[in-house]
Amino acid sequence: MPTAVVALVLASPAAAPRRGYWHGVARQLARNPVAVVSASLLLLIVLAALFAPWLAPADPYKASMIRRLLPIGSVGHLLGSDELGRDMLTRLMYGGRLSLLMGVLPVLFAFVIGTSIGVIAGYVGGWVNMAIMRTFDVFYAFPSVLLAVAIAGALGPGMSNSLIALTLVFVPQVVRVAESVTTQVRQLDYVDAARLSGAGPLSIIRVHVLGNVLGPVFVYATGLVSVSLILASGLSFLGLGVKPPEAEWGLMLNTLRSAIYINPTLAALPGAMIFVTSMAFNLLADGVRSAMDIRL
Amino acid sequence: MNESTPIALPSLVDRGGPAQPLLIIDRLRKHFAVRGSKAVVRAVDGVSFTVAKGETLGIVGESGCGKSTTARLIARLMPADAGEMVFDGDGVGQFGGMALKDYRRNLQMVFQDSLASLNPRLTALDAIAYGPQVHGLGKAAALSRAAELLVRVGLAPNQFGSRYPHELSGGQRQRVNIARALAFEPRLLILDEAVAALDKSVQAQVLNLLQALKAERGLTYLFISHDLHVVHYLADRVLVMYLGLVVEVGPVERLYAQPRHPYTRALLSAVPSMDPARRTERSPLSGDPPNLINPPSGCRFRDRCAHAHAACAAAAPVLRETAPGHWAACHLDDPSSGHPEAPARAAMAFTA
Amino acid sequence: MLAYLFKRLLYTLPIALGVTLVSFTLVYLAPGDPLNAIAPADAPADVIETLKATYGLDRPMPVRYALWLTRALHGDLGASIATGRSVASEVLSAAGNTLLLAAVAAVAGVGIGCVLGALAGYHAGGWVDRIASAVSVVGVSVPHYWLGLVLTIVFSVKLGWLPAMGAGPGGSGEWLWDADHLSCLILPAATLSVIPMGIITRTVRALVADTVNQEFVVALRARGLSSAAVFRHVAKNAAPTVLAVAGLQVGYLMGGSILVETVFAWPGTGFLLNTAIFQRDIPLLQGIILVLCLFFVALNLLVDLAQPLLDPRIRRA
Repeated sequence: MPTAVVALVLASPAAAPRRGYWHGVARQLARNPVAVVSASLLLLIVLAALFAPWLAPADPYKASMIRRLLPIGSVGHLLGSDELGRDMLTRLMYGGRLSLLMGVLPVLFAFVIGTSIGVIAGYVGGWVNMAIMRTFDVFYAFPSVLLAVAIAGALGPGMSNSLIALTLVFVPQVVRVAESVTTQVRQLDYVDAARLSGAGPLSIIRVHVLGNVLGPVFVYATGLVSVSLILASGLSFLGLGVKPPEAEWGLMLNTLRSAIYINPTLAALPGAMIFVTSMAFNLLADGVRSAMDIRL
Repeated sequence: MNESTPIALPSLVDRGGPAQPLLIIDRLRKHFAVRGSKAVVRAVDGVSFTVAKGETLGIVGESGCGKSTTARLIARLMPADAGEMVFDGDGVGQFGGMALKDYRRNLQMVFQDSLASLNPRLTALDAIAYGPQVHGLGKAAALSRAAELLVRVGLAPNQFGSRYPHELSGGQRQRVNIARALAFEPRLLILDEAVAALDKSVQAQVLNLLQALKAERGLTYLFISHDLHVVHYLADRVLVMYLGLVVEVGPVERLYAQPRHPYTRALLSAVPSMDPARRTERSPLSGDPPNLINPPSGCRFRDRCAHAHAACAAAAPVLRETAPGHWAACHLDDPSSGHPEAPARAAMAFTA
Repeated sequence: MLAYLFKRLLYTLPIALGVTLVSFTLVYLAPGDPLNAIAPADAPADVIETLKATYGLDRPMPVRYALWLTRALHGDLGASIATGRSVASEVLSAAGNTLLLAAVAAVAGVGIGCVLGALAGYHAGGWVDRIASAVSVVGVSVPHYWLGLVLTIVFSVKLGWLPAMGAGPGGSGEWLWDADHLSCLILPAATLSVIPMGIITRTVRALVADTVNQEFVVALRARGLSSAAVFRHVAKNAAPTVLAVAGLQVGYLMGGSILVETVFAWPGTGFLLNTAIFQRDIPLLQGIILVLCLFFVALNLLVDLAQPLLDPRIRRA
């Protein structure tokens, strides 16, 4: 029923572009300790990654055969050194750049591509919709990890190949959500009123449909970021993503595997970074979502 | 402002003259397929009527009788399966007839759900200004026109213009919807249960506004409602629909005073009386309206009608003029139908 | 209802066909000649020709696809380029191992998730609820391959209780339900179970909390129905959705086990996939992807078909 869909649309972030609205959301968020801690943690990680070239204590590629696998807290290596003698703290900071990029970019691409396709399918309807959705249904029949590994495996190792693989995995999911929301919005009376004004479909989509669809799809997409981070690092862990000697958390987990018998805590560090980042992101996203639920 | 963007929409021309009906609907039909089976919902099954220039035609009937579908078909929001529409002498949607975009300027619609009718992301002014811009008006001109219209519907532009739909009350939203419809300077306005969701007091205000606008701008209204009091107040002529067909149409006073069709009579007696001295005792209509998928053979009303007879099952009645301008589709008014009560009734027709 | 079942089946067929098409063509995405994996670059021309004919690489793609599909329908998925063994038998024996792992992980994950979620939903806002939401956030945010490593470190390296790798003394061939083999199963299953546990906990909690607040439950309680009986009603309402989600999760576990299997060197389809990718063993790759995805499609179908049994609303429609 129309009012339920209107409620859904209103509950999405872009629906009420009121001056005081985002202030209210921020204030609500500030009162949530979990969200605040997550946000600060995330900010710290992002800044460390972003400014790694200036902040990192050492050269991420500089190896040293004698200073291998030094424990945490060693002189000159705050978090120890890896199996090739490179400083862990530096590698973790540089690793963050690639890992975070691989977490965000595929979702961004999938958001743009998926929303376009989904909106077209949802608005046009009819057999075009059927054709598009049935095609994507086939991709839906693949578990995401399998699809990502299969595509990345087929394309070969490398960061850009992983990016392509992950984007291809997320596009069907975004298309599904976008098409569903568009179909519902399209049935609302204000779209009919817009059609009555004699406007062409492009104008109607741009002015009336898109703005109300982007919100819910964006909320969905934010949930994909942590999945993308974990999957991307997973691909590197398998040897399919980032290639050595680049620093990336998943790859580091792979190369440090044999070190678990010698220095287990060190070996677990890169994975801990993935875990902490992913968790902070999810907690923050949850917090933002409940802050946005405070309605008018 | 550059020379090529117009500052006003070209005004619409009365092509046919005062005698030409503004809208002629001929045998409009729309069936909906039921998913997963071969059955069809016969929502609108051969509806014909005319709308004269400057009048208000009320369309009444129970839920599911096809009034809203008819409105959407007229507005061409969905394609009709069969039937023709003639607007001021020009065929609509036919070869050589009026173009759809021009038709859109002539005809506008106001919907029942005032919140769902407005894009939650557009302010009142933006929503009203959108239509004229589609038809070529420049943005500044469109916005100033929108402001004028807001004033006309009783909302101060600087107070309400930049508000979003969720910041307005139901009555205010319907005024915005009316202003948006008027922005095209249409000649025909379809009001689909436009005041149904409003409180009575707000309803009265909006109805008065509609009356005033009609007088000022020479508008023609198609007013769809299930509320018989409101229709009585607003309409010049009333058309009664039942299960996708027109059963009666006539001038409002006569139809309310001397309804010919048993359904109309039942509807009118079912209306709660406003007079405590003459209370409505029992509802003459029994049972639920039958299925639109499988309407009864012959006359569709026969299984709820007190006067039903074998003749009613045999053939469907057609609209016959029982008094000047008053048409009804009932075998009771047709002496040749074979209905035993028909001859007596026919003798009573054309009186007063 | 029969019509519903029939329609679902009919609908699945084109999807399955699409899956076979994608499985077949995916491996050819890579740039470069597939021949390079089979023969060295400097092989004489006639050897290359023979190899081409053997592997059918001299025919156009649609023909190859049709041939492959027809053979697959008869259970013949070709021979592995690396080992020469039948792809079908390799995949099936590996699939057995993965199924074992996935099943145990699913039972543990779904079971604990249901219990935790139900308790959390019933006593919404209490301490169980807080634990449950922590579990679900962790379950969704943790990189499971890392978790596997951590568990290995704790239970294998530091404590020495459980073996770090492998599926037991018999290798991938035989499985016995004895202590040796089970001790190999515990860590990978525990790791894998965290994923469905997180999702099921959250789903069940939301469902139970919603249902418990609904008016009909309040009405039931007001009529004096005991807690156990009310719980049965709530469970019946939640069952269809939980089943659907659980079914999907099992499918994901089967399909997504590659990372955990790599960590623990568990001889399942994931591990086999890993090997096949690095050896560019095309028939093996196609075979694994096909089997796993068809399994997923079949599972989805099963879940859909089971829905009417649990949800009377669908039965009536």
